[in-house]
This record gives sequence, C-alpha cells and structure tokens, in this order.
Amino acid sequence: MSANNSSATPRDISNGSQDRPVATHDLSASTRDLSAAPRDLKWFLACRVDDIPPDGGACVSHGDDQIAIFNFARRGEWYATQNLCPHKQQMALSRGMTGSAGEACEPKVACPFHKKTFSLLTGECLTGEGYQIRTYPVKVKGGKVNIGI
Amino acid sequence: MSSKPVVVVIGNGMVGHKFCEKLMAATSSFQLVVFGEEPRPAYDRVHLSEYFNGKSANDLSLSMAGWFDDDKDILLHLGDPIREIDRNARTVHSQKGISQSYDYLVLATGSSAFVPDISGIEKEGVFVYRTLEDLDLIRAYAVGALRGAVMGGGLLGLEAAKALLDLGIPQTHVIEFASRLMPRQIDSTGSQTLESRLRHLGLQLHLNKSTLAIEGEGKIKALQFADDTRLEVDMLVISAGIRPRDELARLAGLQVGTRGGILVNEKLQTSDPRIFAIGECALVNHMIYGLVAPGYEMADIVASNLAEGNKSFKGFDMSTKLKLIGVDVASFGDPFIAEPECRTIVFEDRHKGIYKRINISNDGKYLLGGILIGDAAAYNILLQTVNNRIPLPPDPEELILGSRGGGSEGAGVMNLPEEALICSCESVSKGTICQVVTEKAIHSVEAMKKCTRAGTGCGGCIPLVKDLITGTMKANGQYVRNVICEHFSHSRQEIFDLVKLHGVKTYDETLGRWGKGDGCEVCKPAIASILASCWNDNILKQATIQDSNDRYLANIQKGGTYSVVPRIPGGEITPEKLIVLGKVAKKYNLYTKITGGQRIDLFGAHVSDLPDIWEELIRAGFESGHAYGKALRTVKSCVGSTWCRFGLHDSVSFAIEVEERYRGIRAPHKIKGGVSGCIRECAEAQSKDFGIIATEKGWNLYVCGNGGSKPQHALLLATDIDKETCVRYLDRFLMFYIKTADPLTRTATWLNKMEGGLSYLKNVVVQDSLGLGRQWEEEMQTLVDSYSCEWKEVVESPELRKRFVHFVNAPRKKDPAIGFEEMRGQVRAKEW
Repeated sequence: MSANNSSATPRDISNGSQDRPVATHDLSASTRDLSAAPRDLKWFLACRVDDIPPDGGACVSHGDDQIAIFNFARRGEWYATQNLCPHKQQMALSRGMTGSAGEACEPKVACPFHKKTFSLLTGECLTGEGYQIRTYPVKVKGGKVNIGI
Repeated sequence: MSSKPVVVVIGNGMVGHKFCEKLMAATSSFQLVVFGEEPRPAYDRVHLSEYFNGKSANDLSLSMAGWFDDDKDILLHLGDPIREIDRNARTVHSQKGISQSYDYLVLATGSSAFVPDISGIEKEGVFVYRTLEDLDLIRAYAVGALRGAVMGGGLLGLEAAKALLDLGIPQTHVIEFASRLMPRQIDSTGSQTLESRLRHLGLQLHLNKSTLAIEGEGKIKALQFADDTRLEVDMLVISAGIRPRDELARLAGLQVGTRGGILVNEKLQTSDPRIFAIGECALVNHMIYGLVAPGYEMADIVASNLAEGNKSFKGFDMSTKLKLIGVDVASFGDPFIAEPECRTIVFEDRHKGIYKRINISNDGKYLLGGILIGDAAAYNILLQTVNNRIPLPPDPEELILGSRGGGSEGAGVMNLPEEALICSCESVSKGTICQVVTEKAIHSVEAMKKCTRAGTGCGGCIPLVKDLITGTMKANGQYVRNVICEHFSHSRQEIFDLVKLHGVKTYDETLGRWGKGDGCEVCKPAIASILASCWNDNILKQATIQDSNDRYLANIQKGGTYSVVPRIPGGEITPEKLIVLGKVAKKYNLYTKITGGQRIDLFGAHVSDLPDIWEELIRAGFESGHAYGKALRTVKSCVGSTWCRFGLHDSVSFAIEVEERYRGIRAPHKIKGGVSGCIRECAEAQSKDFGIIATEKGWNLYVCGNGGSKPQHALLLATDIDKETCVRYLDRFLMFYIKTADPLTRTATWLNKMEGGLSYLKNVVVQDSLGLGRQWEEEMQTLVDSYSCEWKEVVESPELRKRFVHFVNAPRKKDPAIGFEEMRGQVRAKEW
C-alpha cells in the first residue's frame, strides 16, 4: 500500500534527445524508453579506432547527444553509453576507468567524479543505487567505429 | 483490503518507525496502519541540530526502503493525529475523521517539550526545540537577532545552543537551574571542564539561575531571574525537559504514572493487554527512557512478541557518548558512585580542557562507571569493560592515559565475552559479528552492515566492529593482508616489492602476472602510483590506468572543467611571474584563487585549452604543481630570516630546496610539507606530513601530521640537525612511507597503525635499524635525478596533446553542457 505524502519531485533537465532517468525508483519508465527495437537502429560513423585509447574511453558528438565509446582492448570488445553520469548530471563517463566486476567479470566503467560504477552491458549502476545509463550497440569495421541509435 | 489482523501504530517518530521496520522484518501476518501527527514522515530527531549545519530535512529522513513493496502491507497517515481511542470497539479516531479498527495498538507518541509556567512565556520570540517545524520557526525569527538564550543546560539544551550558534547569533546564552551542566550525566568537575571549553567557543553560561519572568511588550526583550539579575535577549529556546505524551492513554482510561508516562510491564503492555507503549511515552521499571536506543529495544521486543516471540525489557544501559559543540562528552556505567563505595581515578587537564574519571570497585578488580570530557576515544572499550565485567589490568590508570601508535589498539576487543553487546542500537553481540566473519566470509564493514545491521544506527561501534573483523580473521589464521581489490590477492606493499623486483613497467604486465579479471578503478590508480614511484615515467604513457585527475594532469571541477596549478616552490613568486598568471587567467577567462598551500589556482579551463594554457605557463618558466596527484604538493614557508625580525634561519630558501628536491614524487597519498624559521611557526609545519622548524642550533624535524577531517599534529623525529641530515632523514622517511603504506593512507594514519609507533619509526629512520637507509637514499636520488615536468612533455608532444579534447570526432567543439555564472566579477561553475 502507499504513503499518502508525495516524495520529492524528480528534477527534469533536458539535453536533446538523450534520456535522463526520471526518478531513481521509477526504473520502469526509463527502461521502457531506452531500448529501441533492432529494426529501428540507424548506424552512424562515430570515429576511428585510434581515436579511442586502449582500455579506456573517449566521447563523440552526435547531433545534440554526447556518446562515450569504450575500447575494452584486453578483451577485444567495444561498448558505448551515454556520456552523462546520472548521479550529478555531469558529462564525464567517457573519461572514467574501465574494469570488470565480480566472478562473471562484468565489464564496467567508473565515473571520474564520484566513482559510481555502471555495467557496460546493461547500463545498470553496480553500487545498487538504481541509476541507469543508456547503452548503444557498436560495430567496428575497417578501423572505423560505428554506433547504432 | 486484506483480512489480516491489524496493528495500529500511533506515532511516526524514530521509535514508531523502528517498530514498523522490525515488525515487517519479523512477520508478514499483520496489516500495519500508522498515524503520525507531524506532516513529514519519520526523521532523525537525534541529529536535529544538523539542520542548521547543512543537512536538509530530506537528509534527516529515516529510510523507508522496501516499505511499499508489493508484499508489504503498511499504510501511513501523516499530519493526522489520533484524537480518541475507543477500547471497547477497538477503534481509533483521527483528526481528519478516519476511524480505524485494530487488533493490537502500539502507542509511540513520544514526548513534548516541558514548558515551565513562567510569566510572559506566551510572548513572541519564545520557542521549543523538538520538531523540524520548531527549527524552521527558530531560523526565521533568528534573522537579525543579537542575543539568543536557551533555557536548560542538559543534553538537549546544549544541542539547542549549538543550533543557535550555527545560526550565527552573535551572543548565545545557556540558562541552567542546577549548579552544573548535564546534571544527570556528569559530575561537577566534569561540568566545569565542559563549561570552560564551551565558554572558549563563545557560549555564555549561567548556572544556578531560576527564571521568574519574561519581559517585553508582546515580544521577548529580557529574562528576569530569582536572584534579581536580568538578561536582555531577543529570543529564547526552551529545552528544560520533556513530558511524555500520555494524554490519549489517560483519555482511554489506561494506567499512567503519578508523574506522567503510560504504565507498562516488561512486555511493554499497558493495562489493556492489546495496547502497548514504547519509547519516551512509556513508563517502565519506574523510568521514562529519554534516549533512542532503549526505545529501539522496546520496539524490537513488541515486534518480536507479536510475531510469537517472548522477549522482555529488563532495563537499559544509559551510557552515552556525544559530541556537543565540538566537545566529546561521555558518561557510562555508574558515573557518580564515589568513596567509600568505590575508588575513583581522575585525570584533569585544564590546559587542554580534558577530564576523565573512572570508578573502580574497592577490590580493584572491576570498572563500575565513569565520565569522559574532551577526549572520549576510550569510551567503547571502557563501556565494554563495565558491561562485561572484564577484569581490570594491574594499572587501571592506563585506561585513561593512552598514547598514539603502538598498533595494538584492537587487542582489547577480542577479549570480550561472546555476549558482549557491540552495537547497542541494533542489538548485535560480539558473538554474532565473529560468527558471520567466520561462517559467511564477511570481511568488510560494509558487508557487516548489510548482514547484521551492526553500525547502521549511530555508527559509534564501527571502530570496534572493524577491530573484531580483523581480530577474528587473524584468529582464524587468515592473514589479514589488506589486498587492494578483488583483482589481486596481494597487499600494496607486496605488489610494490614484486614490481620492483621483477622490473615490471606496465599495468598490463602487473595484472597479467599477479592479477585476475580486467582490473578496476581501485587497482588501476594504486598500481599507477606504484609504477610512478618505482620508475618515474611520464604517467600519460599509461593514461587509461590513471585516476580521474592524473588522467588529464588537472583537477576535474564541478561542471566538467579543470583547474590549473603551477608550482610556486616555497610560496615565493616574482612580480613578472605573477603578471604572467594574471594574463593567462584573463585570456582564458579563468577564476583565480590563492590556495592554502601558498600558490595560485586557476579554474574553469576546458580540457582542450589545457595544453595551450600550460604552453604559455611553461614558456614563462613555470612547471606542473601536481595538485592533481597523490604526490608532493607544496612545502610552505614563513617569511624567515631574510626579512622577519624573529627569523632564526632562512626558511624560504630551505623550503624551496626541499620542494624542488621532491617535486614529482608520487606516493600512496598526497604529501605536504612546511618550513618555519622560528618557534612561532608561521608556516604551520606541525600539521604537515613533514615539518621543519628552525632552532638556535639547526632544525627540528617533525613527521606524520595531517589536516583534513581528523587533524593530527606531526611528532618530533629529530632535534637540532643540520640541513644535510634533515634531507637524508626525509629521503629515508619518504621512501619508507612510499614502500610500506596502504593505498590512500596519509602519513598520520600510517604511523597510527605502525607497530611500535613513533619509537619504531625513529629507529628505522634516524638509527637506521633496518639497515636500509643507504638503499632508500639511493632510490630517492634516482627519482630526483629522473624528474621532468610532465606538462612540459605533453606540451611538446603532438601525440599527447591530441588526447586533450572533449569530442574526438569534433576536436575544436567544446562541451556544450558546460556553463558558467558570474560571481564577484569572475566566473563560477553552474550549480549541479
């Protein structure tokens, strides 16, 4: 059942088409909007492979969006997420340290501001605070990095 | 609506909240309906004074995580007090007209502030100190007030006085009826010690004062006392005691005590077996318990019993430790028992404002109680000693005459019996803690909090919990090795030795040889630091393993811009260089500020501007100040003998020499130094990792001081030494620290944990007892000789400069999310 007193209203700052999670306990809204059906994907050429430092990340501009791309060179894997860290709304995730978490070695990135960690697979905040970031599929071909939106 | 039996709780304060938490955890066979009088849900009233200290109402809220999950059955009515309890119909009626039936009723109505019957008490400007609403009213009225007074010098009164101080009221007075402060917790000498410290902090205290009347035309203007004196005040906060809220119980015909309070038995049942009372409204064992911990225990007992348990309330230890206006005050066991029933040991230091009293049984075997003012570090152990009747050592005075270092601070806690209550807020015993360490591999405080909830209440037991975890692991033969993270099974010291021994120069090789998985934000910077300390390569050669700030050789600021701090050794700068800094700041529109380290900080630089800014600075003769690294920051200086009439030696030159020697050295944490030219110590060298103070005959060297949230002064390592010897000791001291400290450990903490403390450190550094002195000096010399400014290398390398962009696919486009505001003619980051 419920409390009949409302909790704090979530801040709503818009930044182009990039979603910010609306309220930390209201994951259903954000996850519903975040995953586009595969047939709706449009690929754009983001940058060259050399632009992203190995086992690190860098940021690309696409329209009004900022996208962080990670070259997980140790595993030969590539990931991309929104550049905005939902904790304090800072455009910094691309500058974070990558790594792996747990026995399953889930790939993650830690935001340089306050070290909140996010799964690069699901975008979920790994310190259990309900934050969520958007992830994008990555295709690397011929030395070029492509992101699907 | 479900058909489950209903438990109605009247009161949504701390104890009412805890009851709901405990009941929902114990069983799901009840429906819970809570009625709270205040408009806000339960909040931490114990820390109410933090409201004027930066905490918001939200920060003080108590967690209701999981309360409204699908499998829970709880309804919370706020701002709706109950007006009547109809015991025959087993129904309660609320102010807003709700009628709720109950199978069981729990009264957690707490207490209200006692307002004495003084003429003029109804005037404007008179407040009580109980709820957040009271605090909002106080804050609004305090604007422009010059003199504030608090009536009541007990625990709550002193908290209220702190709140008035935090509000910035120029004169704050405390009026107390008795002849001492906190008469129920401390004795007169303790009170005198506390009084002198509080007076020192600006509080004005009036003891033995009985207030007769409040004067003023509609608004309070002054207090008139029984001894014919008068005190002019603009506002008054009354904190003269609490009265239990038993009015509902009286109306309903439940038994109450002659002096108030709802009478309950040891099961917390009132005279109606279906109605319970817990917290400050309950009268149990002839006592009203005014602290939150016994209230929590009562909540736990009723919740357990409703879930078929069988617990009873057998009284509660009223020992407390708190920080009042920055002063530690603790009272435990029987603080007042005295000769001839026992023997007391008292330590009084009027210079530092410290008073410690312990009461020992006449046979010298047991500790009966005590009082601590000004230094309550020994509280946890003393409390355990009293509660568990641990036999006293032959020299019990040692209990209150401790000393720093020694490394065996944790020994006492392992001797406690299994039933010893370590966390009284959550009722967790030593046995439980040790058991989960062994059986559930709980090896950290965070994991312990999640598993047993120990440490999640007031947090006071956390040092003991830490010691128990370490002690139990040691006892189990698990060598507590402080492994740096999940990817390595080595401590920092071990990895340092392995890297050095095998000449490993990259993180990838380190991870490959001794680690598992793919690393993380803990081991990457830790190993980056080790590699830098060993090989002194430019850290940008392995950019992606560096910590947030080292990655861009600058400190990241709110908003995403960076700060620029050139090195200004010893705090000395020429006018020409100052002009260069001014020009650069203007050109790039940077905010300028002078730092505590005697240098200049420029804020607001876009990442792509950094190489250009540094190019100009380096051309003018500046180099990196390493403000962004776990490295040497600054060596401060005072004016010294070149200009100062008191200076014994040239402190500025020495500071410059030392700073230029160790610039660029990376370490487990930042290092700060200071050099003062005489005993007046204007460079504040005694709060530094190393501090050098001139004497007639040479220099004194102090080490292991730190600022921060728990400042510690540096300790004297050597006296009257010459400069060469001083530098030699510093070389050894710094290398010893770099090689053996845990990650992110300052020198003060490193020394506190060192077995043998300062004596051991002196032996190692001054007497060279390990015989490693020469090796360390050589290693330090290698680092010194291989120094080069990392910013200079970036500026001169197009490859490295390329990384300083926000968008790799649009290098000239700056981050559009960055915005500035104006303040005092300069820029500042937008609020986040």
